[in-house]
Amino acid sequence: MTARPRIAVHKFSSCDGCQLAFLNAGEDLLTLDRLVDMVHFAEAGPVDEAAQVDIAFVEGSISTQADAERIRRVRERSGFLVTLGACATAGGLQALRNLADGAGWLAGVYAQPEYIDSLATATPIREHVRVDFELWGCPVNARQVLATVRALLFGVRPVADHQKVCMECKRRQAVCVLVTGRRPCLGPVTSSGCGALCPRFGRDCYGCFGPSESPNTDALGRRFEGLGLTPESIARRFLFINSHAEAFAEAGHKWMGKHDEKA
Amino acid sequence: MFLARTHLGELLSALRDRGYRLIGPRERDGAIVYDELSGAGDLPRGLRQSCGAGEVRLERTGSPRCFAWANGPQALKPLLFQPAEPLWQATCDDSGRLRFEAVEPRVTPTAVLGVRACDLAALALLDRHFLDGAVRDPHYAARRAALLLIAVNCTHPAATCFCAATGDGPEARQGFDLRLDELDDGYLVASGSAAGEAILADLPLEAATDARRQNAREAVAAAAAQQTRTIPPGDLYDALSRQRRHPRWEAVAERCLACGNCTQVCPTCFCSREQEQPALDGSTSQHLREWDSCFSEGHSYIHGLVIRQSVAHRYRQWLTHKLGGWHRQYGRSGCVGCGRCIAWCPVGIDLTEEVHAVLGDAPDA
Ligand code: SF4
Ligand code: SF4
Repeated sequence: MTARPRIAVHKFSSCDGCQLAFLNAGEDLLTLDRLVDMVHFAEAGPVDEAAQVDIAFVEGSISTQADAERIRRVRERSGFLVTLGACATAGGLQALRNLADGAGWLAGVYAQPEYIDSLATATPIREHVRVDFELWGCPVNARQVLATVRALLFGVRPVADHQKVCMECKRRQAVCVLVTGRRPCLGPVTSSGCGALCPRFGRDCYGCFGPSESPNTDALGRRFEGLGLTPESIARRFLFINSHAEAFAEAGHKWMGKHDEKA
Repeated sequence: MFLARTHLGELLSALRDRGYRLIGPRERDGAIVYDELSGAGDLPRGLRQSCGAGEVRLERTGSPRCFAWANGPQALKPLLFQPAEPLWQATCDDSGRLRFEAVEPRVTPTAVLGVRACDLAALALLDRHFLDGAVRDPHYAARRAALLLIAVNCTHPAATCFCAATGDGPEARQGFDLRLDELDDGYLVASGSAAGEAILADLPLEAATDARRQNAREAVAAAAAQQTRTIPPGDLYDALSRQRRHPRWEAVAERCLACGNCTQVCPTCFCSREQEQPALDGSTSQHLREWDSCFSEGHSYIHGLVIRQSVAHRYRQWLTHKLGGWHRQYGRSGCVGCGRCIAWCPVGIDLTEEVHAVLGDAPDA
C-alpha cells in the first residue's frame, strides 16, 4: 500500500445507502481526507471510474450485462477489492427476484418491458470476480468502513468478526425478544456488527449482517416452527436481504421445500 | 427489626444521602432488569415472573410486593465485570515511539437493592477469580470496593431455579450489607456489615414480632420446597470426563445454537476477549476487553487453529468446566442454581436435564 492510498467507491445495483457510511463518518471524514486520495466516489463528487486504485469499495449487485463487464474492469484496476454491504456481498433485496419469475414481474410492472435491459438474476460480486474482503450489513456503518481503511493503512488484513448478534445483544444488556416475546429472531445465526440495533428496540433481528460463525439454522428454524411459523414464513426469514449467503440460502431452500411438499 | 412498607422509600433515600448511586430491579422490555432507580416507585411492584426453558413472561398480580419474582437476565456481573471496557490505551508520538497507559476505571459508589442468594454466591466466585488469583483485576477490584449490597430473601422461585439443590439459596446467608425479608406489610431487616448497621440507624424501624419472623422463615422454606430441578452434587469432572463419548453431547449439539446466551446470563461465567480499536489516524489505540463465551469460535483459537470446532465439544467443555473444572480452580461448582441459562436459552436447553442424561441418573428415568 502506498503512503497515501488511492480509493474508489463504485456503485452497482443498490440503493446508495452503504456509501453513506463514508459521508456519515463526521469528523473522521476530514481525517480520512488527510490519509487517502478519494479518486472516484460519484456520490461525494470525484468521478474517475477508470482510475487505477489501491482500494476499491464496491456497492451493489450485478444485474445487467453492462455491469457484469464493468465489475471485471474494476477488478483489474483495483489492488484490494472490498464489497460494501448486503447487495454486493450476498445479493441484497433485488436478488429476491432470482427466487421468483423475474420476467413475469417485469411484464407486470412495465408497459414496455423490452426497454428494460437486465440479466435474469441479480448476483453478488463474488460470483463475478475475486473479492478480497466483505463488509456485511444493510446498510454497513461508518465503524466498519473506517476500520477496514485503518487496517489496510497499517498494512494488515482487516479483521472479520462473525460472532453472533446474541453476544452483542447481551453485552448491551438488551432483553432477548425471542425468549420474552416469542419473536422469530435471527440473532443466533447472524453476524454481529450492528450493535444489536433491532433487539434493542424490541424487534427481532432479520439477518441483515449475514450468517454468523457456526450458524445452526436447522435448530433455529425448528424453534421458529415451535413458535408457530409456517415453513414458508421460516423460509422467508432466511431468504431475505442476504439470500445468496450460503448458510441462509441452504436453510431457506430447505424450508421452501417443506412448504412445497405440503402444498 | 421491621420496616413498614410505607417507609421503604426512606431506605432508598438513606442510601442516596450517603452518596450511593442506586441500582435495583425494574421492569423493562418484558423482563426484570437491574438499572438505576429514582425511587421506590420504580420497583416491580405486583409483578410476577414465570420462567420455563427458553421462555420468560411477566404477570401482574396486584400484590403490594416488589420482590415476588426470582431473578432477571442479569444482576451483579455487569456492574463489576463490565460487558465491554477499555483496559489500556497505546499512543504513538511523532517520533514513532509507543506509550502505554492504563485506562483507570470510572467508579461510583453503588448500592444494589434486591440481590438474591444465588447472586451473592456467584459474587463470591467472581471475587475468587478476579481478586484472589495471581493477578488482581484492578477494574473489578475498584468497582467491588464501591459496592453496597442489599439482599432480599427469595420467596418466589421460578420453575427454572434450583438454588436449594446447589446449596446457594433461597436464603441469603453471607456477603450482604443489609438483608430484607419481604412480607405483605413491610420488611424484616438485618444487617450483615458495619456499613449496613449504620444505615439501619437512619431508618424508622420497629421491633420484629415473632409472627412476622415465623412468616418470613416459612416463606423461604416454602421457596426451597417448591423447586423441582436438581443437579448432582460434588465435583463432576471425572464422572463427566468418563462420558466424553456419550451420544447425548451430539444430541444437544443438534439443538444448541452456540449463541452463547447461557454463558452471558450466567452470573459466574467470566470469559472475555480482547481487541484493539485504533483511531482512524493511527495515533492512538484502545485495548478493549469484552465478554466472550466458550461457545464462540475464537474462544478455542490458537495459532491458526480452532480447537473446539464442533458445538458438541463446546457444550461439553462448558458443562464439564462449570460442574467439574471449577471445583479444582475455585473449590466449588461454578453453578449456583439460578436457572438463568435455562430460561434465557433461545431453544430451551436445560443443563440439569443434560447432566442427568449424560450421567445416566435422570431422576425420572
Ligand atoms: S445452550 Fe442454549 S444459550 Fe447456550 S449456546 Fe446453546 S443454544 Fe445458546
Ligand atoms: S450454569 Fe446456569 S443455573 Fe448455573 S449459575 Fe450459571 S446460569 Fe445459573
